[in-house]
Amino acid sequence: MPLVTEPNLDAPDDFYEALIDTHRDLSPEASHALNARLILLLANHIGRLDVLRQALALARAGADTP
Amino acid sequence: MRDPLYSATGAEIQATAFAYRRSPDQDAAVPVRHPVVVVGAGPVGLSLAIDLAQRGQRVLLLDNDCKLSTGSRAICFAKRTLEVWDRLGVGQALVDKGVRWHVGKVFFREEQLYQFDLLPETGHERPAFINLQQYYVEACLVARARELPNLEIRWHNTVAALAQEGDVVRLGIDTPEGRYELRADHVVACDGSRSPIRQLMGLESKGRVFKDRFLIADVRMQADFPAERWFWFDPPFHPGQSVLLHMQPDGVWRIDFQLGWDADPEVEKRPENIVPRVQALLRAAAASKGGEPQPDSLPGFELEWASVYTFACLRMDSFRHGRVLFAGDAAHGVSPFGARGANSGVQDADNLAWKLDRVLRGQSPGALLDSYAREREYAADENLLNSTRATDFITPKSEISRLFRDATLALAREHGFARRMVNSGRLSVPATLDNSPLNTPDRDAFMGLMRPGAPAADAPLRIDGRDTWLLRELGPDFTLLCWGPVPHWMLELPLKVLVLEPANDPEEWLSRRYDLRPGTAYLLRPDQHVCARWRHPAPEAVHAALARACALH
Repeated sequence: MPLVTEPNLDAPDDFYEALIDTHRDLSPEASHALNARLILLLANHIGRLDVLRQALALARAGADTP
Repeated sequence: MRDPLYSATGAEIQATAFAYRRSPDQDAAVPVRHPVVVVGAGPVGLSLAIDLAQRGQRVLLLDNDCKLSTGSRAICFAKRTLEVWDRLGVGQALVDKGVRWHVGKVFFREEQLYQFDLLPETGHERPAFINLQQYYVEACLVARARELPNLEIRWHNTVAALAQEGDVVRLGIDTPEGRYELRADHVVACDGSRSPIRQLMGLESKGRVFKDRFLIADVRMQADFPAERWFWFDPPFHPGQSVLLHMQPDGVWRIDFQLGWDADPEVEKRPENIVPRVQALLRAAAASKGGEPQPDSLPGFELEWASVYTFACLRMDSFRHGRVLFAGDAAHGVSPFGARGANSGVQDADNLAWKLDRVLRGQSPGALLDSYAREREYAADENLLNSTRATDFITPKSEISRLFRDATLALAREHGFARRMVNSGRLSVPATLDNSPLNTPDRDAFMGLMRPGAPAADAPLRIDGRDTWLLRELGPDFTLLCWGPVPHWMLELPLKVLVLEPANDPEEWLSRRYDLRPGTAYLLRPDQHVCARWRHPAPEAVHAALARACALH
């Protein structure tokens, strides 16, 4: 099953603001820890390893180029 | 007269020194030839030697030392290992001595995160695990070995030189009285993680060393912890590190404290540095029952043994090199989380003995030994994967790895999905040998887990009015397990045919585990792995499957 990268958020700007707002007043370290928890929560919701692997690969793309 | 080692105490066993005895081989005019020489009298070498001797082979077992293990070392012995040891005649003695357990609890900081049950079903003769100090296991195996007249153990015999020439292995062996030479048709190296034989042959075991250290201690104390495996992440009594607690026989507890890479092993092993850690653990346990404990109300304890270890996950590329085979830690090393070291080594021995026996008798070609290597390399990879993953979780090696590990632990308090991801060790289960060349792929549809390559699941049976267990009823060689009335030709097959019916299986464990219907037959190997199964086999199919499982086709 392919990872959905077409627009799928029902309220993109609301989500974007909520994401930034969730990090309000946190130190960078605390924010990184939050992000890790968020990834795990969302990954479990998605569930399928093949979809998750595609997302991981897309996120990784470009990370190794200087 | 029962061998005294069966009932010796831990102290007696650890004090035992076996005598060097000069062998007539050392005075022979020409080097004496042995069919098989096993090197290393640890749990794996002893199990292999006993199995081969039970099959009628003349076995020489060499050990470069004269003593058994000091300290508890490998303590968790899995159900499959116990089933192998039943076949070797020592299972009951070890189960009687050992502490049974099947429940594990995982704690994070002050709270329990979750618990798991390794044998949630009944209908098995043996428990999920027993805990028993390695020296008890070795003593029992040596006692059993001494009952077998065709098994000879030579202590203080060190293999110092090895060369393969044609159809023989030449060995140079050092003893207190100098060197002598032997010849062997086959040599099996069960000589541990540093494997002198592997080094003599210029071979490597490759993988990854983990930059961490653990202190392991045997502590004799009166403590009312239950017989459960307890694992702590970041407990208040050992902040930022992990701790593992196991009950052993004789009121001795095994405690593993993670120390970190920068710890100095010599400093950490000192009793004055271990005692406070144990006291902190006991204080925390007392406090969790309520109230602040008085210092002198804590149970007293005695430190029996301590060691600091590091660990690696690695294996040899191939476990077979001509007439030299490798088994146990000599072939593969794992981190201890999950108890996959000694347990997989004993399964190596279980896999090898019947194959080597057939090859020595000329009943199968040497290619059968290649299947030992392929099957056990596959199993080692499974063990390496599991133990590496556990190690990464318990001792994260990068900032980001630790970040995700801590995120998982934080979420695990509230959420079941995260508890499932917490990895304090995936406990040893025997590998299903999928893709083995010895398996006959299924043609018929079956439910359940007993596919070709699977280790046969046990089940309670009632046969001729007595209660028994499936694994006790299998032959030492191949067995055809049949359900329902069988055609006449089956009873004339050159192997043990076990014909069972519903009256033998009153609680239906067998028929459910094996998805049995009238006419179903399972071909089981000498090591009790399934290699073929059918709904209504034709004679040609059974003969073909048997030949395939023996590398004869």
